[in-house]
Amino acid sequence: MATIIELTLNGRKRTDAVPGNRLLLDYLRETVGLTGTKTGCDGGECGACTVLVDDKPTLSCLTLAATVADKRVDTVESLGKGGALSAVQRGFHEKLGSQCGYCTPGFIMASAGLLRRNPRPTEDEIRAALGSNICRCTGYVKIVEAVQHASALLATGEARSP
Amino acid sequence: MEALCEFQVLSPTSLAGVLEARTAHPQAQLLGGGTDLVVNIRRGIVAPAVLIDMTGVAELRAIRADAQGLEIGASVRLAEVAQHPGVVAHYPVVAEAAASIAGPTHRNMGTVGGNLCLDTRCIFYNQSQWWRSANNHCLKTTGEICHVAPKSRGVCFATFSGDLAPALMTLDAEVDIQHAAGKRTLPLRDLYIGHARHDGSGQGDGKHYLALQPGEFIAAVRVTSTPGLRSGYDKIRIRRSIEYPVAGVAVALRRVGDTLAHLRVAVTGTNPRPVLLEGTEALCGGALDARVFKGLDELVRDQIMSMKTTFTPGHYRRRVAGVLARRLVQRLFAG
Repeated sequence: MATIIELTLNGRKRTDAVPGNRLLLDYLRETVGLTGTKTGCDGGECGACTVLVDDKPTLSCLTLAATVADKRVDTVESLGKGGALSAVQRGFHEKLGSQCGYCTPGFIMASAGLLRRNPRPTEDEIRAALGSNICRCTGYVKIVEAVQHASALLATGEARSP
Repeated sequence: MEALCEFQVLSPTSLAGVLEARTAHPQAQLLGGGTDLVVNIRRGIVAPAVLIDMTGVAELRAIRADAQGLEIGASVRLAEVAQHPGVVAHYPVVAEAAASIAGPTHRNMGTVGGNLCLDTRCIFYNQSQWWRSANNHCLKTTGEICHVAPKSRGVCFATFSGDLAPALMTLDAEVDIQHAAGKRTLPLRDLYIGHARHDGSGQGDGKHYLALQPGEFIAAVRVTSTPGLRSGYDKIRIRRSIEYPVAGVAVALRRVGDTLAHLRVAVTGTNPRPVLLEGTEALCGGALDARVFKGLDELVRDQIMSMKTTFTPGHYRRRVAGVLARRLVQRLFAG
């Protein structure tokens, strides 16, 4: 049985009919066609599907689309503005925070969630905030550097938004 | 084709709305953050026809924490509990337990009610449909034998692993249980009935682990502050950033001069219920010496019954519980 949901997706209002059992992940990828959000473990263990719901990092593979009615959902596609990368995207690009890239959208959204809440995190705070995300390529050192770089870009005004 | 079986989602915004939805759909399951339930639905462990999303229920979203007491609604998110200044200042065991649950993203999703009612876990249960059917299912689902203890005669040994329950139990918390006709209050420790006894006393096990009647649900949990109480929580996990506990221990104690005046210890991740150790009063009244630690070890040895329900062996998890309890008591007593 479908429910009509209204939400703000990447800054734009949308209304869709979703079946009760549709996951937010499948809603984003299949209904809307935003494939930047990745399907990983399908069980809430890897964090590849992380998106922001009302600015809070959330696992879209464990969230029912029907429960995000009237909320703000931001995916990795929302970050770049007019062809320019956001602070976190630049951080991952310039500090080589990405190798195979599959976990990257999830890491970027978890990092963006952190920097929206706390623009100048310590290394410990960065590591704690990324605890729900797994990367099997980088060993996390470059990812932490990427977030630190993003934080610096925000501080110097070189980038406007996380 | 959806990944989950078909069901309807109801999103009430008030307690009255929840009660109405439950009356209309008595078999409905309650949904908190979904970090455990949605996984179980995907694995075909449960197949509810109706889910009631509790996260939007206004009456269940309040949190109050000050020097007098603590009251947390069932739909408060775990991250909120972990970060609430009043909880951190006055009820550190609760803040530390909340901060240790899964990873940060899960804590943005998971709720207090969901964590208190967290389904018990077992290596033979938290598996996909095909894995379980290849293994002849188990007692907690549709099978007839507990694969952890095949001679258990109908007793399930799945393990309770919620972190908030032991923390709140050391503070003598009470839960408000809501049903269609009103509310009742229960000491939190009586909510958990997974005694898993072989004598057929019917006191509950890993399958029947909560003292909730059909139609009942947890509305809030409450603590009255005890002046001078020191408390803390610690747990060991295979991966520290995200994992269910090998064992988790909550301790609350009071020190008067050089005397241990009050001690409560609760353990999770080992038995089909969180265990508030019985007999800790006998360890109080003197200095914190070898006698206390020996007594504590004996209480853990006698009351912690960890079985092979996860990758780590039972005897290891029991030893971990003992070591954590000892460390926490030492740390809190020292100040």
